Amino acid sequence: MGFDRRLVQYFDWGLMLLVIVLGAIGLVALYSAVTAGADIAQKILFTKQLIWYGAGLAAMVFFFLFSYKSLEKWADIIYGGCVFLLVVVLLFGKVTGGSQRWLLVGPISVQPSEIAKVAVIIILARYYSKYANERGFSFRGLINPIILTAIPFVLIVKQPDLGTAMVILLIAATMTLFVKIERRTLIYILSFGILSGPMVWYFLKGYQKQRILTFLNPDRDPLGAGYHIIQSKIGIGSGYISGRGFLKGTQNALSFLPEQHTDFIFSVLAEEWGFMGASVLLLMFLFFIVWGLNIAANCRDNFGTILAVGITTLIMWQVLINIGMVMGLMPVVGVTLPFISYGGSSIVTMMICAGILLNISMRRFQFEK
Amino acid sequence: MKQYLNTVTSEWFNKRVMGAILCVVVAFSILFMRLFYLQIIKGEEFLRLSENNSIRLESIVAPRGLIFDAEGNLLVDNRPSFDLRIIPRNAKPLEQTLKKLARYTNIPEEDMMEEIRACNGMSSYKPVLLKQDIGRDAMAAIEVHRFDLPGVVMNIRPVRHYINGQHAAHLIGYLGEINAKELQRGAFEGCKSGDFIGRFGVEKTYEDLLRGKRGGRQVEVDVRGQVVKALRTVSAIPGRNLYLSLDYALQKKVEELLQDRVGAVVAMDPMTGYTLVMASSPTFDQNAFVSGMTRKEWKVLTSNPEYPMTNRVIQAEYPPASTYKIVTAIAGLEEGAIDSKTTHYCPGYYGMGNRVFRCWKRGGHGDVNVVRAIAESCDVFFYKVGEEVGVDKLAFYARMCGLGARTGINLENEGRGLIPTSEWKKKRIGESWQKGETLNVSIGQGFNLTTPLQMLVLTAAIANNGTLYQPQIVRRLETADGIEVKNIEPKVTGNLTLNPQTMDIVKKGLWEAVNTKKGTARGIKLDAYPISGKTGTAQLVTTKEPKRGETEKNDSLFNQNLPHAWFVAYAPSEAPRIAVAIIVEHGEHGSTAAAPIAKEVIKMYMEKQEEKKWLADAGDGKDMPE
Repeated sequence: MGFDRRLVQYFDWGLMLLVIVLGAIGLVALYSAVTAGADIAQKILFTKQLIWYGAGLAAMVFFFLFSYKSLEKWADIIYGGCVFLLVVVLLFGKVTGGSQRWLLVGPISVQPSEIAKVAVIIILARYYSKYANERGFSFRGLINPIILTAIPFVLIVKQPDLGTAMVILLIAATMTLFVKIERRTLIYILSFGILSGPMVWYFLKGYQKQRILTFLNPDRDPLGAGYHIIQSKIGIGSGYISGRGFLKGTQNALSFLPEQHTDFIFSVLAEEWGFMGASVLLLMFLFFIVWGLNIAANCRDNFGTILAVGITTLIMWQVLINIGMVMGLMPVVGVTLPFISYGGSSIVTMMICAGILLNISMRRFQFEK
Repeated sequence: MKQYLNTVTSEWFNKRVMGAILCVVVAFSILFMRLFYLQIIKGEEFLRLSENNSIRLESIVAPRGLIFDAEGNLLVDNRPSFDLRIIPRNAKPLEQTLKKLARYTNIPEEDMMEEIRACNGMSSYKPVLLKQDIGRDAMAAIEVHRFDLPGVVMNIRPVRHYINGQHAAHLIGYLGEINAKELQRGAFEGCKSGDFIGRFGVEKTYEDLLRGKRGGRQVEVDVRGQVVKALRTVSAIPGRNLYLSLDYALQKKVEELLQDRVGAVVAMDPMTGYTLVMASSPTFDQNAFVSGMTRKEWKVLTSNPEYPMTNRVIQAEYPPASTYKIVTAIAGLEEGAIDSKTTHYCPGYYGMGNRVFRCWKRGGHGDVNVVRAIAESCDVFFYKVGEEVGVDKLAFYARMCGLGARTGINLENEGRGLIPTSEWKKKRIGESWQKGETLNVSIGQGFNLTTPLQMLVLTAAIANNGTLYQPQIVRRLETADGIEVKNIEPKVTGNLTLNPQTMDIVKKGLWEAVNTKKGTARGIKLDAYPISGKTGTAQLVTTKEPKRGETEKNDSLFNQNLPHAWFVAYAPSEAPRIAVAIIVEHGEHGSTAAAPIAKEVIKMYMEKQEEKKWLADAGDGKDMPE
């Protein structure tokens, strides 16, 4: 089969531009986060991130070169490989700050849980595209997806990385709702959840309850999460309308913010660029997500549609959770802001997501009747 | 067919995508509203808060647990240390502020400038530590001139205070600043850099319980960095108070007796294993560690040839010498090599092959039985017993007595000692065992090594008819409010499974050693409290010859050639209340250097017990209705 010129004709330049602009914003915010602080050693992070962006762009290009239909074929192997890596990380991973999330591969450390999110999306998309029907899924039809979600979920909870585990659960739930659940099954599942909640609570140990309560309400921990949220809110709030200016944020400069280059990067951005800057970023994310859903709608292939929805869902949840968290609306969990936060595994994964969306978008003609 | 009918179409999906977009828009609207609220509605307020960086986190240090002796005498508490810090950015003009500070505190201005430069923070918001522990007077002067000293911050931090300086220093131990590696490892929960953690002794082994849990508060501060109000507080939880089994009065007495000598004394209740005394000499001053030690001070301490930092009770290993004859006697009796009536003739030496093994008594002991051999410490008798039993069986009984293995006391770096076997020598040195070596081993010389604590546990086991206890140093732990959290019960680690006659014979020998005219420790006989004991004189294999040009006048070198003096004992002989093990390095004779210390310890302890009993009886009497 020769090269189809329509692949170029249908290429989604808009989405690609959006990704590149988001990446640039991320680099600017990161530059501020790592230079304004007192810790000079952090400056290397900017260089590292630049390299990761390069790697991410390559990954993005790679992921739109072949047809996404291959992902359907390779779903088992991708999924199996990720589960394997998650097991390996539990056995041999590097322990930092009490959790075991990283695999050391030569000089770089990778976080298998990041790419596991995409693997779950691919395998669920394949399953749902095969069995989707207008009545929705019954409980029997859901057993498979539940198991497929539960395996990586449990492995990631074990690390423990509650944030990523939660994101996987939310993605799976959203995708399932998208392909529709039978009304009766939905009612059963909801009532089971409502009833079993107190039961589980009853069997939890005291410190586990404390941890969950603090997770839901950071104010309970005024010296830890609660303090971080206050500082983050001050940072965002002090940005006011037009912001304090590039490299002029004091909350950031004083290292009052925890993880200012990863999870709390939005506070740095909002402090320095104000409501105007922060809303532009929010709008860009909204635009990205709607665009992604539009790609799903335009795709004439069920697998492609559900895959696009899943990928978009992933980005949506991370944006909602991360920005919600730094503004004090959500529990404090370690979830990165797509394309913006520091972190190699996160950036590369997000670029792969963008690559898959571009892939689905540029091949939409292939299934037109 | 059914499958086909239900297959979804793209149009169906399109409708659902529209629904999804609606949900996303709603979710983002919430984010926008929140952003608007934080930045526009509350923006001004947050801007004000951020301009002074006014919300800070202050930590509340948890006071470390106190340490008491068994009778509740306070041995270690905490005192405030006033640490002077400055926030350079708030301290404008910096030079002038420092000048004033120098006047009030007598800290040279240049030193303070140095500290600030070292922290790379001429205009930093981060507080720079100028000096720790500036003392109460300087603190008062600064407090008075508070408004004249912008950016100056005083932190009060509790530091350790060892009330009795050097006493029981090895047992109690000391603290040291946590290092970067330990922080990274995260083994010390809740610790921050600058915190002090246990480095030695009980302070180290009970670190987790003594430490407590840090609290903190969010505070709002004004432009000068002074706290305006506390927003939220989490109080600190003080560490556990710890009651040692130590008898401080006795400990003090022992340390006086050990003064100017090198050695160790350890005593315990033979019925429980609770340690009553643990002294190692020379000792060191724990208070010198409180504000951090300079490299030079540390070097002086660690390069001292008498090793003041070594806890000789548990870390030093010596040849047990004649105290080991207890083991040889047990082995001989249990293996049937001898019985209570067996006598051997001691002419003052024993020939084996072409070698001659001497008895310490040149003229010989004549005909001796096992009881007399223990009491008079006849070497020849035990050479014969050892030869008959053999080194491996000797080792078996030594191990049964707890030698060659750690006692399990809850202190770090306990020595194992060494009980040789023929197999051990083959493996370690590559030579087969020589019969002559067995003779040396049977009188506690040769390869044998034991710690004073191991010998104590063995002596206590004889006293209590065969139970080996793990030595305990802590009786109980309480919360700061006096609620008991842990009571440390006696722990049995082994039993001497011996014939009752064997035990009686050994006990008789130990009793006669003190209470008969020819006994080696007859000099310490106490009428009120009969003592049973065994002396020992550990010959040093490698003696250091004085260098040419040096005469014997050089005391310390001369002394290094003298043997170590051992004494192990328990009392009262019939119903033992205390067991003691003593070593005096280069003390020459167990009977003259070590035994008298045992006598003093036993006398003082027993008199105290008597007094307590009397007081208790008197107290009971008062309650009795007339």
